[in-house]
Amino acid sequence: MLITIIKRDLKCVSHNLSGAIQPIGFFIIITSLFPLAVTPDPEALQSIAPGIIWISALLATLLALDTLFKEDFIDGTMDQMFIAADSLYVIAFARIISHWLFSGLPLIVMCLVIAMMLHIPAYTFDALIVSLLLGTPTLSMVGSIGAALTVGLRYSGVLLTLITLPLYIPVLIFGASCISADLAGFPWTGQAYLMGAMLVLSITLAPFATAAALRINMS
Amino acid sequence: MTSHYTESKNHTPTPRQIRNSWVWFHRFGSSSYFYRVASRWAPRAGWCALILMVAGVYMGLFVAPPDYQMGDSYRIIFIHVPSAWMSLSVYILMAVSATIGLVWKMKVSFCVSRACAPIGAAFTFCALVTGSLWGKPTWGTYWIWDARLTSELVLLFLYMGYMALDKAIPDRSTASRATAVLSLVGLVNIPIIHYSVEWWNTLHQGSTVFRMDGPSIDTRMLIPLLITTVAMNLYFISVLFNRVRCELLDLERRTQWVREIVHG
Repeated sequence: MLITIIKRDLKCVSHNLSGAIQPIGFFIIITSLFPLAVTPDPEALQSIAPGIIWISALLATLLALDTLFKEDFIDGTMDQMFIAADSLYVIAFARIISHWLFSGLPLIVMCLVIAMMLHIPAYTFDALIVSLLLGTPTLSMVGSIGAALTVGLRYSGVLLTLITLPLYIPVLIFGASCISADLAGFPWTGQAYLMGAMLVLSITLAPFATAAALRINMS
Repeated sequence: MTSHYTESKNHTPTPRQIRNSWVWFHRFGSSSYFYRVASRWAPRAGWCALILMVAGVYMGLFVAPPDYQMGDSYRIIFIHVPSAWMSLSVYILMAVSATIGLVWKMKVSFCVSRACAPIGAAFTFCALVTGSLWGKPTWGTYWIWDARLTSELVLLFLYMGYMALDKAIPDRSTASRATAVLSLVGLVNIPIIHYSVEWWNTLHQGSTVFRMDGPSIDTRMLIPLLITTVAMNLYFISVLFNRVRCELLDLERRTQWVREIVHG
């Protein structure tokens, strides 16, 4: 069932590519606004680049969260899936995985281009990629709880932001400090381990909370 | 409110039965019982809070000696520290009572949880404002991105998210359960947020009360601090009970016991 839902999401995305690349477009635009607003100076940009990348990644993830369950919820697909799978946990988990596949994964590929534009030296790319690989699934996991809680509301964008962003703060802190540490020549494995711990914790707990929130809104 | 555990029984339990079983717990699940207890205790707690607060503030301002470094400016701790403690413990109470509501389907505990949120947010705000006023003379700035200040700010965001979600969902029962899940998620996150900002940046002074080798704070300062803390707790109980009373009256407005109260 897990695989079936992910396959269905893949098909949906292939039919509606423009919708799927929106988070990436958003990510690129946000990151390119910072040099315009702050400074084009390469050294200054380099020092704030980890923050820029992580904040943009956060917002891009958030953008895709709003529709995570809502479309299926409104047109009744969620009910059908629930009847077929008999487990909201599986549905939630599958949807989170596809959310990450379409928002987190392309973002990791794209961030290398953005990193060069922000003058991040190539030797920090490993820290950059590892931090995003560990961090973006955590964002999808934690964000899915907020998406499930607001699934029954018509205009939930701002509310979703308000309840989700505070929960993202630890990921933001360690993700950005992972890259900054590498930039400054310090070891960054400590931050990476902590991010890994947060990922494991969120994989363990978040789908349960998401499933509970979906159940509350479906009853 | 249609069903209730103890009221559906014909006999009233003896004191021994109440002591030996969970009956007292189920009693608190009864809206009318909780309403009666809250009505009785809210004013008492309020008066005690007022008396203790006046005493504590008097001792803090006039009896406690000035600090050897900060002079008189430290005296704001008699408000600042209790509010900061309360802001966290109210969140924990909010999450715990929401969990009780989810597990045992008790409406009263949802009401308690819901009533906690604005009070806790007010304590958090109070801690932030007093802390920022205290920061000006001691650190030379109103705001600094220090770990404790930041986690307190995040706590305020968590409260705001809770209240916003509560207001946004029109159906009351759905709203109670959704906010319960959110408060639980927040409860898991609070230590993570706390330690992540702790390791990120620290300027705030370490704890001087909860230490393994006993409090390092002067006893003449500690006593008024403890008195104002107890006063804050009593004040919280008083406000909480009054809010829960309003919640219960609103929730149960179609039941007999509310009609009896409203129409005398």
